[in-house]
Amino acid sequence: MVASAAVRLFGMWASPAVRRVEWALKLKGIEYEYIEEDLSNKSSSLLEFNPINKQVPVLVHNCNPIVESLVILEYIDETWKDNPILPVDPLERAKARFWATFVDVKCREESRKAFFMEGEEKEKAIENLQVQLKALDEELEGKKFFSGDHIGYTDLAVGWMTFWLGVAEEAAGFKANYDVKFPNFSRWIKDFLAEPVIKDNLPPREKTVEFFRAFKQLGSCTKVNQK
Amino acid sequence: MAAEKDEIKLIGGWASPFVMRPRVALNMKGVVYEMTQETVGKKSDLLLKSNPIYKKIPVLIHNGKPICESMIIVEYIDETWSDGASILPPDPYDRSIARFWTAYVDDKIPALIRKLRLLVKGSAEAEVEAEKLNAALQLLEEAFEKCSKGKSFFGGDDIGYLDIAFGSQLGWIKAVEKIVEIKFLDKEKIPGLVAWSERFCAHEAVKEVMPEADRLVEFTKMLLSGSFAK
Repeated sequence: MVASAAVRLFGMWASPAVRRVEWALKLKGIEYEYIEEDLSNKSSSLLEFNPINKQVPVLVHNCNPIVESLVILEYIDETWKDNPILPVDPLERAKARFWATFVDVKCREESRKAFFMEGEEKEKAIENLQVQLKALDEELEGKKFFSGDHIGYTDLAVGWMTFWLGVAEEAAGFKANYDVKFPNFSRWIKDFLAEPVIKDNLPPREKTVEFFRAFKQLGSCTKVNQK
Repeated sequence: MAAEKDEIKLIGGWASPFVMRPRVALNMKGVVYEMTQETVGKKSDLLLKSNPIYKKIPVLIHNGKPICESMIIVEYIDETWSDGASILPPDPYDRSIARFWTAYVDDKIPALIRKLRLLVKGSAEAEVEAEKLNAALQLLEEAFEKCSKGKSFFGGDDIGYLDIAFGSQLGWIKAVEKIVEIKFLDKEKIPGLVAWSERFCAHEAVKEVMPEADRLVEFTKMLLSGSFAK
């Protein structure tokens, strides 16, 4: 166990990227101090620790800041070696990283378009998202989790889709229909959300839906301040 | 550890900075590989089969198994041929810094190059995009000072992960300098990076695989004219 002063996490309650880091810390049994940021009024500490992107999450370990949630996950796995979240085999590690960046870049892009846009552009984004979900569904064939019998790096990376995609659908009035079309993916969502580390670490659903609704009403296509 | 009868194939293209990355990594490890050149505008069956999600180069095929995404391939190479020169630094914090700046390079540089190479010298648009590239290079100059700690490369005494990620973009940076006639690798503004770029380009593992700027300028003309360079 690490003393809480040595590990600090700057976050925002609604952010999936921040939760991803918290899930990893809790899976490893690492104690940490959590600092909630008001992203409309960022603290001087956040700006000092992440001057380039000015985003959450930021993990500070022994006064060293680590930013970008997937980079933080790798750092956590390399620093605290119990309960590894990445596989040992280089090929499996490459696959895990592949799916994580696929979801973070491609699926997030289409989800964002489906959320913010209307009409034909929205429909096209939903179509593209479904093609992506099909690929994820196929990857899950014969496996309980992306990482095998237990959740790992890939599950933590894809994990935002288990909760925040549903929230985005409700807030923006669209449906990707994965419960109907993608049985492996739907089953994985249920299993993932049932894991104790996950279900005890999700934001309140109604509050998150309201937050996303308000965000959409702002009407801008700018990035949410999280990565 | 790789076996003696390893089959290593790289699906790539001479002009791609992303393909250059695993080539440098394989060269650093002294690994012999076969490269197939994709024809611009016509993707091979092997590429489509090996990378059905992105359909993009590079793809490394190691004993029949495909690995995609350039820096994921570099990391795979580092982990598989682990008794050669180490590409990622040993310390987790240093690794996180290398990964962060690699993500920064990939977020900014390729998009700016893609825009700049299509612009006309002296145009207002070229000035705007050039400003952005200069700003990114300025930040990378500061990163170089911090990461290198007075040594020759981001990775220290020898090239590492971030050198490969950023260095692979140098051919195209030099090409867009010629296209829009603006100097980006300016030793008055970014002296550390300019000196680093010379050392990087001269490195044993790099010099045979770095595309020449003039050839890239020709490649751009062919792209624009609708015919394709091979």
